[in-house]
Amino acid sequence: MLRYIIRRLLAIPLLVFGVVTICFFLAHNIKGDPLSSLLSFRQLGNPEIVAATKARWGLDKSLPEQYFIYIKNLLAGDFGTSFRTRRPVLEDIADRLPATLELAIVSLVIGSLAGIFLGMLAAYYRNQLIDDGARLFALIGSSMPVFWSGLILLFIFSVKLQILPGPGRLDPVTDIPPYVTGMFTIDSLLAGDIDKFLDAVRHMILPAFVMAWSMMGIISRIVRASMLDVLNQEYILTARSKGARELRVIMNHALRNVMIPTLTIIGFSFAYLITGAVLVETIFSWPGVGYYAVSSTRALDFPAIIGVTIIGATAFLVTNLVTDISYAFANPKIRLGR
Amino acid sequence: MRFLRIRSLLKKYDHLLTIPVIIGALIILFWVITALSIDLWQPYDPLEMVSRRLQPPSTKHLLGTDALGRDVFSRTLHGARHSIPIAMMVVISAVTIGSLLGAVAGYSGKWIDGFVMRLVDVTLAFPPILLAMAVAAALGPGLRNASIAMVVVWWPVYARLMRAQTLEVRERDHVEAAIASGVSRTRLLFVHILPVCWTPVLINATMDFGQAVLLLASLSFIGLGATPPTPEWGAMISEGAKFFYYWWIALGPGVSILLVVLGFNFIGDGLRDYFDPRTSD
Repeated sequence: MLRYIIRRLLAIPLLVFGVVTICFFLAHNIKGDPLSSLLSFRQLGNPEIVAATKARWGLDKSLPEQYFIYIKNLLAGDFGTSFRTRRPVLEDIADRLPATLELAIVSLVIGSLAGIFLGMLAAYYRNQLIDDGARLFALIGSSMPVFWSGLILLFIFSVKLQILPGPGRLDPVTDIPPYVTGMFTIDSLLAGDIDKFLDAVRHMILPAFVMAWSMMGIISRIVRASMLDVLNQEYILTARSKGARELRVIMNHALRNVMIPTLTIIGFSFAYLITGAVLVETIFSWPGVGYYAVSSTRALDFPAIIGVTIIGATAFLVTNLVTDISYAFANPKIRLGR
Repeated sequence: MRFLRIRSLLKKYDHLLTIPVIIGALIILFWVITALSIDLWQPYDPLEMVSRRLQPPSTKHLLGTDALGRDVFSRTLHGARHSIPIAMMVVISAVTIGSLLGAVAGYSGKWIDGFVMRLVDVTLAFPPILLAMAVAAALGPGLRNASIAMVVVWWPVYARLMRAQTLEVRERDHVEAAIASGVSRTRLLFVHILPVCWTPVLINATMDFGQAVLLLASLSFIGLGATPPTPEWGAMISEGAKFFYYWWIALGPGVSILLVVLGFNFIGDGLRDYFDPRTSD
């Protein structure tokens, strides 16, 4: 077990290095000249300005040279400067991370709870109408593009029914709560401002639901399958024959064993969260890292694109590792087998 | 005679042809036929301004008109021409490249295995959407480049799947028998190993057609896939988002994506339950 963890941990820096290398060469093989995102059309015609800009951004050096400088800077925690915002990429990302984290955490909680609930419901009422309904609801969520479901829900609830606010994190006239964590719900609570807290929550309902809905399909499917598996086990029969109440049988005896596969799948849904962050934030004008990635991509701002990709990949690798390890710990068959 | 044969065939696949699978197949069939024949029965030219702009749905324009006065219904139907063939091409390319590399890796072992699998590891280290965005951005917008980006993202899944299958099949008796009878390595791989490994790849691929439709739409939505005026579903939703209060612009393409993905998921689910009864009831 320990050897497995160490081996996996050692692999991460190597994989990140591979990621960085791929990103760098992708960014430097672009068809669109990076200069075109830095200079206006008229400036591009002036050789002096072009040469000066190239020197300023280090674009005049040879590719291997640029690569080594980039790696050296990365090791010092410098992801370069964004062409678009003219600020260090790392600062840009750090500014936007709380917004993304806040939305992602809420979505993950809603998505997992609803997914587990739907999966258990489906398994318990197997092959009945409730089963089909729960499965179809979850499947529709993962079959829709999130940017479209977000658009439609926004239109229904914000424009037509006017019971939920439009895009953004707060009402435009409200000023943001004093910075502590950068997550508006927590910050407004810390400042004792209940109205602002409720406003932040109301703004989060639609984007969080859209992201959660896209995850429910895979979570509920796994929960249903393992629940069916568990419900056929003899110890469930034993519990029932002892006269335990049905709810107790489900919650105490079955759910625990269902949690192991569920844990892994929730780890896997990290990929859904990143996809969700990119697309949902764009449609809801949510000023997070995903929105930043899309705006940078549209502007061909390669330092920013690479920065987001490297950080996203690192987070992805770490989550996968944590998932695998917790899976191994939660499952005695694996823990004791090795 | 012939009728009897069809009946026994139907009986054999009785468990496969569940209601969702039939519905899924009908949906996909509808879109495939539409993609092939739309030129013959399109209500309007998808690229031409045919009416006043931003008209709500009416009997004349079933899904209204967009910001340039083009018929949204015709554009939606034309969208099938892009999404479905590209999704199929991407998945088929990813399956071919991935499973060939995976099979060769699993079969030959040694440094080839090491090299291919490290490449797989690094590619899978990227969150799929970010890698697709980076590759598509580096290649420049356009459907062709978006497809290349999608293949780059997808092949490792199949390489890993196929390698695991190959490692397992390699140990089976019929392979040993083939080795003992002295067949060539290429023949061994293509005739005795690959055909046995197809089931999980097939199931996965069916599910992935839907995912490919989604990813293509996402890339176009971001602005990396189809460029205007191409009637691609993701790009159309992106236009719809710009004219937010005119909800009908994004309705058709969104429902189309939902139907196609749902259809492929129904079929994929059915195939999985059929081939692997453990996961069904």
